[in-house]
Amino acid sequence: MTPANRLRALFLTPAAAVMLATLGVPLAIVATYSFLSRGAYGGVEIPWTQENYTRLLDPLYGGIFLRSAWISLLATVGCLVLAFPLALFIARSGARKNLYLALVILPFWTSFLIRLYAWMFLLRDTGLINTALEALGVIHAPLPMLYNEGAVLLGLIYGYLPFAVLPLYATLERQDPALLDAAADLGATPVHALFRITIPLSMPGIWAAAILVFVPCVGTYIVSDLLGGSKTVLIGNLVQNQFTSSRDWPFGAAASLVLIGAAIGMLLLMRKSREELL
Amino acid sequence: MDAVLELANVSKAFATHKAVDDVSFAIPRGAFFSLLGPSGCGKTTTLRLVAGFEAPTVGEIRLNGERIDLLPPYQRNVNTVFQSYALFPHLTVQGNVEFGLRNKSKDANPAADKVRRVLEQLELSGKEARKPSELSGGEKQRVALARALVLSPEVLLLDEPLSALDPQLRQQVRAELRDLQKKTGVTFLFVTHDQEEALSLSDTLAVMRAGRVEQMGAPQELYRKPRTKFVAAFLGDINWISGVGVRPEAIRITRGAEPGSKMAVVSATSFLGPSAHVTTTIEDGTRVTVQVPSSDGPYAAQETVYLSWSATDELRDLK
Repeated sequence: MTPANRLRALFLTPAAAVMLATLGVPLAIVATYSFLSRGAYGGVEIPWTQENYTRLLDPLYGGIFLRSAWISLLATVGCLVLAFPLALFIARSGARKNLYLALVILPFWTSFLIRLYAWMFLLRDTGLINTALEALGVIHAPLPMLYNEGAVLLGLIYGYLPFAVLPLYATLERQDPALLDAAADLGATPVHALFRITIPLSMPGIWAAAILVFVPCVGTYIVSDLLGGSKTVLIGNLVQNQFTSSRDWPFGAAASLVLIGAAIGMLLLMRKSREELL
Repeated sequence: MDAVLELANVSKAFATHKAVDDVSFAIPRGAFFSLLGPSGCGKTTTLRLVAGFEAPTVGEIRLNGERIDLLPPYQRNVNTVFQSYALFPHLTVQGNVEFGLRNKSKDANPAADKVRRVLEQLELSGKEARKPSELSGGEKQRVALARALVLSPEVLLLDEPLSALDPQLRQQVRAELRDLQKKTGVTFLFVTHDQEEALSLSDTLAVMRAGRVEQMGAPQELYRKPRTKFVAAFLGDINWISGVGVRPEAIRITRGAEPGSKMAVVSATSFLGPSAHVTTTIEDGTRVTVQVPSSDGPYAAQETVYLSWSATDELRDLK
């Protein structure tokens, strides 16, 4: 090893050790559990089995996986559509950039859980919005805004919007403003320039934003638990239930491993299509 | 005069200063017109006003007699070669050159032979599929030129297009640029801080200082008959002897006294290749630089010499 490499190894060792202890080891435990049988009061028992995985082939679970992927996809598209103009605005705000960025990050100062309860307070039948609309006479029965897929989608978009804004801002801020001058000089209207220069050059940021939103959305259970009620079960809820009320740890372990596998697969797929695009 | 581009009393004020101050000039069709000046003199702002990236605070800009200063850049038939080239990094050479044509026509494959001709003219044939990151500096510059020229602009605006090239290449590209202008017949408005570039390329050049045009004319005229000390000094080396300007190449240096010559003491000689600069000090303490063929001399330090020049070479009454 050259001295530079040795130094690099030295610097990487602490982080690698933490990752191994907190990610690698638990993952190995989860993998082991997924091949064991369910214990009577939770926990796991011998014999070894693959039944936990074959159970996942049941169309019931396939449906849950598909619905999770679909809602996450919608949330990702929603976040991108909302975040792009915002990021563009911030990137072109000159001296105020940092203020606006701080505002984007501000919600993180409050727990996500509390912010979701705030949404429940707004959306429920006796919530702020319904009460106000009824008082104004606009509606006579409360609008069903909570405990459905729409509410889950809203919660996901709300929660993960900053994760889309930040990478988009980073790419947009780096773009050479002379390119837009050049586009206008060559006859492109501002709209043309947006679609032919700004957006194509933002593709790395768009992919990063998509991944940062999609992956945590697929695995979420808080949002669907609080805003979706019992009707909207996502993979996250399925996994959570196995470890809590259902007391079927091996099946929960198998489901979460498949989820991780699916997420990794999706990332690889995204990377491949990104390479083809760029 | 058939003026293609006219600026009439154009000023541009920014919050803190006046970048362009009452500038007027007219460029004849097919001319190579240069704006020359130190950085911050307003030459680039003037160019940006013509391109449409800035709006004048006062004054009018006319293209073929019609006002364009209120039009957005994408509606003006002028095109720019940017200092940094500003090539679109995600598009190929072909894509960059087609960019402007696609804006003008709904056609999916716009004027393919026009693109091919321009690429040929700028020796870019065979490089159509390359991305800007795969090109050399000179090639990037030619793509920037091709991209603008393919639109047959009324005026091509060039913002220090040679400054990003290395010195050997700059000489060569300068000659190519002049040829290209002659061949295409397109009017060039060229912005530079390099007096050699401006002198060698231009039909007419305007020297700018602090937002104003200090003097305008043919290169020879400005060099030989500068109206101000600033123009005289900016267009070449000059000695100020008793309030009169004399260029180093106008001074003769001899070892013996001649009628009317001034005695001087050599302090140093610097070799410049074909010529050499001899730095001397005359009796009143003024330092005078003399340009001699490098085959002359050598002149040793502390050697006494005599300097003489013809009265017609004196630049008098400069402001």
